[in-house]
Amino acid sequence: MTVVIYVVQGILAVAVLLALYRAVLGPSLLDRVLALDVVLAIIAAALVLTMIVNHHTDHLILLVVISLIGFIGSVAVARFITERG
Amino acid sequence: MTRQKFSLVTDVPLILWLTFVWGALWQDFGAGTLIFGLIIAFVVVNFFYLPPVGLSGRFNILAFVSFSAGFLVDLVTASIEVFWLAVTRGPALRNAVVAVRLRSHSDLIVTATGHATSLIPGSLVVEVDRASSTLYLHCLNVRTEEDAEAMRATVRKSEAAFIRIMGTRQELAELRAEESVS
Amino acid sequence: MLTDVVMSILLIGGALMSLAAGIGLVRFPDLLSRMHAATKPQVLGLLLFLLALALETGSWPLIPLLVLCWFFQLLTTPVSAHMVGRAGYRTRHLRQDLLTIDELDDVVACAVVEVDRDDPAHEAEGVDGRQDADRRDVPDH
Repeated sequence: MTVVIYVVQGILAVAVLLALYRAVLGPSLLDRVLALDVVLAIIAAALVLTMIVNHHTDHLILLVVISLIGFIGSVAVARFITERG
Repeated sequence: MTRQKFSLVTDVPLILWLTFVWGALWQDFGAGTLIFGLIIAFVVVNFFYLPPVGLSGRFNILAFVSFSAGFLVDLVTASIEVFWLAVTRGPALRNAVVAVRLRSHSDLIVTATGHATSLIPGSLVVEVDRASSTLYLHCLNVRTEEDAEAMRATVRKSEAAFIRIMGTRQELAELRAEESVS
Repeated sequence: MLTDVVMSILLIGGALMSLAAGIGLVRFPDLLSRMHAATKPQVLGLLLFLLALALETGSWPLIPLLVLCWFFQLLTTPVSAHMVGRAGYRTRHLRQDLLTIDELDDVVACAVVEVDRDDPAHEAEGVDGRQDADRRDVPDH
């Protein structure tokens, strides 16, 4: 099981690096928003992983909050860009 | 900003749902929590009202379960397909924006179909024309007109499933008539 | 032992979905195709992770909260993806040369001509015109 945890951590780390690469490079603002949304989702996955490793469920409410923040953030930016043209 | 009186069909499911959310957040479904949740749900529904959703008043559990199973299968296969496309095809990808005309003019059905279509990886709702209830989808890896036609057929199939779950009786009858013809 | 195996499969599957999002973000050619890779595999990824968590804790009062968590994601991802996609399409952040079919292009072109003909003032203050168009969609109550 510990090996699996390390593998999963490794995959998540690679994924977050790829997403950050796009967020830094991203030609447009929307690309960056999208990439940061993915980073947020990977953070949520990592939170679930810590809960599994440490046998508790205290961070579940953070998952709900993270998904709502990601939603409000991307909708706000998309709205802003549509208005600005 | 006035609103019509408390209506049973639209408000009761919403109140029950909010009570469930309250219980889930407390991770406790005892009587005390639920009653307090019910009171809060009632206050929220009556003070922070949204435009009411036009529910049809019928809900087919069996159709819902079979649709959910199919949806999960689609979700898994399509996710793997997008993964495969990202690894093998990458920058050489060709997409399309496809218009799909839906049968139903009910906002709820159109929204639900759009949601389900967006959730399946490989298609994304870019624009909705409410007057003619047309969805404009951006689809991954569509090269020919046949691919686009297959996409339209899938979307119309999921719309038919939603009509079976919660469409009005009239829509259901029209759907049955259409199916018996073809 | 069996739960460990199932949990491992769920966790690795979920992590691979995140990896799919990362690879798609880097490799796909334009904003809208990146969006397919970025937003959607996450839905399945989170589902697999939450299933693993449910297996690990195995407590019943937790299940509704997990369902709620996933349900919120089901409701919010398509909406934010639609908003970003619409903004991307309207501000021309997609590469037309990568599209084999574009059935929205003609419609948007027609709509723009129509708005200009109805009221030439809209051309000067495009933002207001667009807000009016949005407001027309809201039903009266």
